[in-house]
Amino acid sequence: MSKAVSVLNGARFSGLATVEDAGLQGMITLRGDLGSSALKAAVKAATGADVPAQGSISVAENGAAAWMSPDELLLLVPYEDAVAKTAEVAEALKGEHALAVNVSDARAFFRLSGEGAREVLGKVSPVDFDAAAFKPGQFRRSRLAQVAGAFWLNDDGNFYIVCFRSVGEYVFKLLSAGAHPQSKVGVY
Amino acid sequence: MSTRLAKHGRLIDRSKQIAFTFNGKSMQGFAGDTLASALLANGQVMMGRSFKYHRPRGVVASGSEEPNALMQLGVGDRYEPNQRATTTELFSGLTAQSQNHWPSLEFDVLAVNNKLSRFLTAGFYYKMFIHPRPLWKHVYEPIIRKSAGLGAAPDKELKDADTYEHFYFFADVLVIGGGVAGLQAAKAAAASGAKVLVLEQNNFWGGRAPVDGGTIDGEAPEAWIEKTLAELRGMDNVTLRDRCMGSGVYDHGYALGYERLTDHAPGQGGPRHRLWRIRASQIVTATGAIERPLSFAGNDVPGVMLAASMRDYVVNWGINPGQKVVVATNNDDAYRTALVLHDAGVEVVRVVDTRETGGGALMEAVRERGIRVELGRAIAKVKDGKCVTEVAICAQNGEGGARETVQADAVAMSGGWSPVVHLWSHCGGKLIWDEVNANFRPDASRPPLGHDGNGFVVPAGAANGEFGLGALLEDAAAAGAKAAEAAGFPAKTVAAAKGESEAEAQMEAVWLMPAKADIKLRMKSWLDYQNDVKVSDVQLAAREGYESVEHTKRYTTLGMATDQGKLSNINGLAILADSLNSEIPQVGTTTFRPPYHPISLGAIAGEARAEIFQPVRKTPIADWLDKNGADWEPVGQWRRPFAITKPGEDRHAAVNREVKNTRENLGLLDASTLGKLVVKGPDAGKFLDMLYTNMMSTLKVGKCRYGLMCTENGFLMDDGVVARIDEDTFLCHTTTGGAERIHGWMEEWLQTEWWDMKVYVANVTEQYAQIAVVGPNARKVLEKLNAAAGGGMDVSKEALPFMEWRDGKIGEFDARAYRISFSGELSYEIAVAASEGQAFWDALMDAGKEFGVMPYGTETLHILRAEKGFIMIGDETDGTVIPQDLGLHWALSKKKEDYLGKRAQQRSHMVDPERWQLVGLETVDGSVLPDGAYALGEGVNANGQRNMIGRVTSTYHSATLGRGIAMGLVKHGPKRMGEVIEFPGTDGKTYKAKIVDPVFYDKDGEKQNV
Repeated sequence: MSKAVSVLNGARFSGLATVEDAGLQGMITLRGDLGSSALKAAVKAATGADVPAQGSISVAENGAAAWMSPDELLLLVPYEDAVAKTAEVAEALKGEHALAVNVSDARAFFRLSGEGAREVLGKVSPVDFDAAAFKPGQFRRSRLAQVAGAFWLNDDGNFYIVCFRSVGEYVFKLLSAGAHPQSKVGVY
Repeated sequence: MSTRLAKHGRLIDRSKQIAFTFNGKSMQGFAGDTLASALLANGQVMMGRSFKYHRPRGVVASGSEEPNALMQLGVGDRYEPNQRATTTELFSGLTAQSQNHWPSLEFDVLAVNNKLSRFLTAGFYYKMFIHPRPLWKHVYEPIIRKSAGLGAAPDKELKDADTYEHFYFFADVLVIGGGVAGLQAAKAAAASGAKVLVLEQNNFWGGRAPVDGGTIDGEAPEAWIEKTLAELRGMDNVTLRDRCMGSGVYDHGYALGYERLTDHAPGQGGPRHRLWRIRASQIVTATGAIERPLSFAGNDVPGVMLAASMRDYVVNWGINPGQKVVVATNNDDAYRTALVLHDAGVEVVRVVDTRETGGGALMEAVRERGIRVELGRAIAKVKDGKCVTEVAICAQNGEGGARETVQADAVAMSGGWSPVVHLWSHCGGKLIWDEVNANFRPDASRPPLGHDGNGFVVPAGAANGEFGLGALLEDAAAAGAKAAEAAGFPAKTVAAAKGESEAEAQMEAVWLMPAKADIKLRMKSWLDYQNDVKVSDVQLAAREGYESVEHTKRYTTLGMATDQGKLSNINGLAILADSLNSEIPQVGTTTFRPPYHPISLGAIAGEARAEIFQPVRKTPIADWLDKNGADWEPVGQWRRPFAITKPGEDRHAAVNREVKNTRENLGLLDASTLGKLVVKGPDAGKFLDMLYTNMMSTLKVGKCRYGLMCTENGFLMDDGVVARIDEDTFLCHTTTGGAERIHGWMEEWLQTEWWDMKVYVANVTEQYAQIAVVGPNARKVLEKLNAAAGGGMDVSKEALPFMEWRDGKIGEFDARAYRISFSGELSYEIAVAASEGQAFWDALMDAGKEFGVMPYGTETLHILRAEKGFIMIGDETDGTVIPQDLGLHWALSKKKEDYLGKRAQQRSHMVDPERWQLVGLETVDGSVLPDGAYALGEGVNANGQRNMIGRVTSTYHSATLGRGIAMGLVKHGPKRMGEVIEFPGTDGKTYKAKIVDPVFYDKDGEKQNV
């Protein structure tokens, strides 16, 4: 798989927070009836994770499932396994009305870490990042300044950010600008 | 002349001298000064020239309400005009220039306008310059623009040196204003546990209270302010921000805060301004009050100031405003200024009080100091000049005769106080007229309403019309508690601090001084300093029939300047009410609109500048193209290469080369931007049959079909190739600009109309790098890649025929290959994972060398398709074109009962044979037709315009054919083959073109089907 390169190819910026290319990440868009037992089983089999509640992500050892809408999940799997796992999920849901599609290469993926991470995201996304309001395990589809984006707060205190591949460079520069060392807001 | 006092100045640090320049002159101030206080300390009373009459003007206020002291600050890429000296903190190296004068502040040629003032009345421009029309543009406007105006615009070649940002914040209670009322309200709200954000526009807390005196909880206000601040700072649920103005209140508890981070320390790094975008459950407006000027002749002469502002200059910055001061008032508060001045050693030569009965305890205190107080008296006139020299005093209840003249160099005036109701009013809070204080105050029963129909703004303190320190603090504490409770936090009673201030006698509403001032005086009595509107202008407007305050505002420009009438509004509408024999509440106020005070465009733009001004979408191949000569053009938010130029080659030469090479050898196009939508479900075929004009449900797995999409009004909106992936799954290609739009279109129909259809759609546009491998050598290069990898997909004509697709390996890449052609050549569009796109492109470029491979751009794409007569969405279509206009009847299913647009296409106008129809156009002399040119018909239409019979929709030079080719829509076009029609160009030439078949090249399609 050496031919495959992530959009930012390992880029990193450190300021109020550290913005890093989180590398190639397997991602599967799954649409279907989130309440069906077949879907729950397929999600569990593919990711090890349960179907998450609204607005959250359930993280397992080698995968995760994030809530995108009442009939859509984003499954996270190792990049190398994405094609096979997509096929497995599709196979498991044969006969159900569902759609599983590999979107691993349609995305850019970032890790945002450090004390200033909440403030940096608070500059580009209209979301309450107060520690009392945005907790580990929460997953949000929103906006990163002028483009669509989704993010969650991991148990390790890092934010993970997903956006479309074509605007990966924009989002990296946007987050880096927000992390300018002299732009601390000082509220979180 | 003003000077610095030896004592006083609670905000300045006399140990820190700061050097700055004003109009090139070096001056000194202290840390803590504003530019206005520093200028006064240097004796610079005159700070600018007025807008229209170029009258000398000095600072009249001490805060953001200042109308006169506007400066051009900074130089080069940090230059900014129209900045208030009163809100500009002094810093070392500050450079300020006064505005609106020529050649200098001291001597201004255009001050002659002052002499012409009797001609430059309200509506003057409308009346005088309306005829003859051409003179306005060429003569009047240039002259007026030169004579009227504020600061000069920044150099258009320079870019702002600073950066800006936004910040989203959420609070239960937002308190706007950090005066004692704001602090008290914050304390009350925070006690309930609510998350509280307090914004203060100044760099100090406590507002006016330390200047105005009185006691809070038995101490000087400053002690209470410090204590309360410390308390609030110690609470986790409270955030305090100074230098951050609450700029606007909007629907549903949305508010903007304008934080000035480095204005006082330019170049220190980090963003200059931060725009706080706040969502609050409840908003407390503790925005204080603004003092009103008195309308007497010469109330704009430098040295005339608002009484409380003059007091600010003494107490806060240790300024001596003049040697001899006259105080004019209609209320008790101005006596505080007389006391402060006297105690600072300034001679108060007279207090003239319009009230026959005079004031209360404060007046007595002034008298006790031996200051002469005259009751029932008024200022008749301040003598014109660059500074106050003489003040004429008369009876208030007269026309201004029987004057006594006194020598003075400063005047303090007070016409009473108006609560700052702006933020209360921004989102619809209503006002009531307070007869006692002669001002508009918030009507608590009619607040701005939130999503639930309940009020979400609570006014507090002076902003609510409560002026005594005791009542003010009680009101503020109640407001804070009320807001917290409304935000869902159980009320917790917090005792209000106990405020005590001197009792004040009843003020008197005075709108004109003296009350029956003659016209000469009224023509020199300013209402709006910044826009040069006088009492006589508003009276004239009333006489001319302007009854609405909104109309009067626009006719006279009252309150339309950058200060938005903070000083002039109430005085102006009182004059209007008087002129109309109406009551002030009946006349009402003009609309209060955000921002409260001008905010920078940089703050509004936020981080969006330079590299991140706008997101530019990039394909996986974009960086390679960029390094290899791409000449970019925008296509939606993407950039696509118009052509890939070689060193020294211009874009047109590159296009001609690319066209010929693709037709003769091998071209590569980065087609990754094309939209790709997966449509899956048992009803997918049925769904697509409704969306496309032709039949998709009959498409066999493994095959492709070109389709058209129309709006429900029948107009062509998108096109593309659909591939059937399996029984339930289709992949729909859209145009580059259509991907998101068509995705949304599909979702809308599925979610709102056909919710019973079992169909899911996913946008996988960016999952793939899609590369068109085009030209006679296309198959060879793919076979070479496969041979090198020892196998792979069979791409022969038999195994992968035209309009089919296969999954498999091409070289070492997992790929999906589509045998589709938008060029008329042998062509494969090959999709690989986007992350491998660059590697695949490299492999093709490498393997293609021996086959003459060259990348090509969008212009070549366009020319190749135009040579084949293929239409392009956005060229041949513009939202008014139906498929029938383009001869696309073959793509309109006659078997289907319905599809989007079908019914509309049967309406009479759509089947009208007079509709313009697609044809090819060949210039008689081989030249290129101008794009968008119209063909002339006979006669003129009802508007006297020449009739048109067609227009050019696409036009190119075809390198293949060596001539200009074009397509166009022409009336009766297909029936007029061979006719020559005329297209006038905008270059003065007329182009003659023959109507021909739109397919110019390989009419039988033999080249693509090999």
